[in-house]
Amino acid sequence: MEKKSTIVEILHVSKSYRRGSQIVPVIDDITFDINEGEFLALMGPSGSGKSTLLNLIAGIDKVDNGTITVGGVDITNLAETDLARWRSVNVGFIFQFYNLIPVLTAFENVELPLLLTPLSRDERHSHVETALRVVNLLDRVDHYPKQLSGGQQQRVAIARAVVTDPTILVADEPTGDLDRVSTGEIMELMDRLNIESGKTIIMVTHDPRAAQKAHKIRHLDKGILSDNEHS
Amino acid sequence: MNILKILFKNAFRHKLRTGLTILSITIAILAFCLLRTVISAWYAGVEASSANRLVTRNAVSLIFSLPFSYKEKIRQTEGVSTVSYGNWFGGIYIDEKNFFANFAVEPKTYLDLYPEFRLSEDQKNAFLRDRRGFMAGQKLAAKYGWRLGEIVTLKGTIFPGNWEFVLRGIYKGKDDTTDESQFLFHWDYLNETLKRTAPGRADQVGFYMIGVSSPTLSTQVAERIDKSFKNSIAETLTETEKAFQMGFVSMSNAIITAIRLVSLVVIVIILAVVANTMAMTSRERIGEYSIFKTLGFGGWRIAGLIFGESLVITMIGCVFGIGFTFPVADAFGHAMGTYFPVFNVDNDTLGLAVLYSFAVGILSAIIPTYRAIKIPIADGLRSIG
Repeated sequence: MEKKSTIVEILHVSKSYRRGSQIVPVIDDITFDINEGEFLALMGPSGSGKSTLLNLIAGIDKVDNGTITVGGVDITNLAETDLARWRSVNVGFIFQFYNLIPVLTAFENVELPLLLTPLSRDERHSHVETALRVVNLLDRVDHYPKQLSGGQQQRVAIARAVVTDPTILVADEPTGDLDRVSTGEIMELMDRLNIESGKTIIMVTHDPRAAQKAHKIRHLDKGILSDNEHS
Repeated sequence: MNILKILFKNAFRHKLRTGLTILSITIAILAFCLLRTVISAWYAGVEASSANRLVTRNAVSLIFSLPFSYKEKIRQTEGVSTVSYGNWFGGIYIDEKNFFANFAVEPKTYLDLYPEFRLSEDQKNAFLRDRRGFMAGQKLAAKYGWRLGEIVTLKGTIFPGNWEFVLRGIYKGKDDTTDESQFLFHWDYLNETLKRTAPGRADQVGFYMIGVSSPTLSTQVAERIDKSFKNSIAETLTETEKAFQMGFVSMSNAIITAIRLVSLVVIVIILAVVANTMAMTSRERIGEYSIFKTLGFGGWRIAGLIFGESLVITMIGCVFGIGFTFPVADAFGHAMGTYFPVFNVDNDTLGLAVLYSFAVGILSAIIPTYRAIKIPIADGLRSIG
C-alpha cells in the first residue's frame, strides 16, 4: 500500500491563556502528524484543549511555543495578513453553529470565500453550483439561513468550506447542534468528501458515533495528547 | 455578489435602527443647511455688492444725514462717474410685521448704478415720469399682490404721515443673488413734502451712492471725497459698498457666531448618533467579523465593510437631508422673504454638508473597526451560539 505523505506536522506545540492574573495552560508540548487524505477525530472532555488545537492547526490562533507546518508552510511564522491569505486558500471551516451570514442566501454564503480569489463572476457561480450540488442543496440556493433547517445550514457551511478546494477541512463539533438524522447525513457527507475527494479532515467531536466515521481518533486530556490512537 | 452588496445588506439588516439613524442624519443635515443658509443670507448684501460702487455717509453715524449740497462737490471728484443719493424711509405697510426695505432715491442715477435691477423700458419711463411713483421687486409685489397702477400707502415712522405711492414698475433681479424685495420711490417726492411740512429736515440725504470709473480707483476716490469734506459741518465716511454692507453684518456678529456654533453642534450630535449605531452594530456582529476573518478576509477588508456600512448610512442621510433642504429653504425664504430677501442654498453649504457627513461616517467607524480587527478570531467566534 502506498504510504501517504504528511500534510500537517505539529512539533512541540504549547498554548496557554491568561485569565486575570493566572496563566492557564491549554496545550502542553504536543507533537504529532496528520497524513494527507486522513480523517482524524480529536476527542476529549470539555476544556481538554481540542478546539484550541484545531484553531492552531487552522491558523486562527497563535502558538506560544512549537511549530505547525501545513502543506509545507510553517504557519506559526506567518504575519496576520499572510495568515489570512493562507487560510483563504488552504483551510475550509465547519463550525458547530454553522456560522453562516444571516443576510446572505445559501448561494451567497458559499460564494463568500471566492470573493477573495481572482475568479470571474461566472467561474465563481460555477464553483458555487458544484459545491451546492455536492451537498445536495441546489434547490435551496435562494434561501436564507433562517429558512433552512439545522442540517441544511450545516450542509451549506460544508459547501462553503469546500468551495475553494482547500488543503485541509477543519470541523469543530460539526454535529453538536444537530439531531440524530441530520448528524447521520452530515457525517455521511464528510465521509464522502474524505473518500471520494480525498479531503484531509480534522474534526473535533464529543460524539462517539460521529467519531466512528473517522479513520483515526486521538484523545486529548488536560492539554496532553494521549498515546492511544484508535484506527 | 460583491462587497458592495454585502455593505447594503448589512446596513439595512436592522431596518428600524438604520431608518431612524438615517432620519436623524437627514434632519441634522437639513438643520445644518438651513442654518448655514441663514448665515449666507446675512451676507447676501455683501455678496451682491459691486466693486464699482462707493457709499458716502455721515462720519459720525448712519443715523445722521448729509447736506444735499454735497452732491455737486462729490460729482466733481476725480474718478467719480455717477452720483446718486437717498434716504432710508422706514415706512410701514399696514402693520409693523410687514417689514421690507424702503428707500427714497434719485431714481435715474440709482437705476444707472444698479443695472442688476431689471425692469422693462415702459415701466422704467413710467416710474421716472411719476414723482409719486415707486418700483418694487417682484418678490415684494407678489407677496402683497400689488399690480401696476395700484396705490400703496406707507405710514412714515422717520418721516411722519401717510405717504401714498403709485406702483409704476416691478423689477426682476439679474440673478438669484439680487434682492427682489425693495421698495424704491422718488427722493424729490420726500424732499418736496418735507419742504412743506418740516422745512428743517429738507435737502438732507442719508447716503450718497457713488459710481467710480474703475474699481481700482475706489480707495483713492473714497479718500478724496472724505478729504474734501474734512472739517465741514458734516464730515463724511466713504467706503466700498461691500465694506458698508459688512458694517451692517458686523452688528450681528454675535448672532451669526451663535448660529455657526449651533450648526457645528448639529454635526457633533449626528456624529454621536451614527457612532452609537455603528458601535451597537459592531458589538452585535463581532462574531460575524470573526467568521469573515476565518474565511481569509484581512484587516483592510473588515475595515472596508465597517467603514463602508457607516458611509452608506451617513451618505444616504446626507442625500435625503440635502434633498429636503431645497423645498424647506424655499418655503422658509418665502415666509421670511422681507427679512432675508436673498435666501438661496449655496454650493459651499452643500459641499460642507457632504464633507461633514463623510467625516461623520469615517469617524463613527474608527473605534468599531479597531475592535473588530483587534479581537482574536477565537474570542470572536466564542461570542456566537
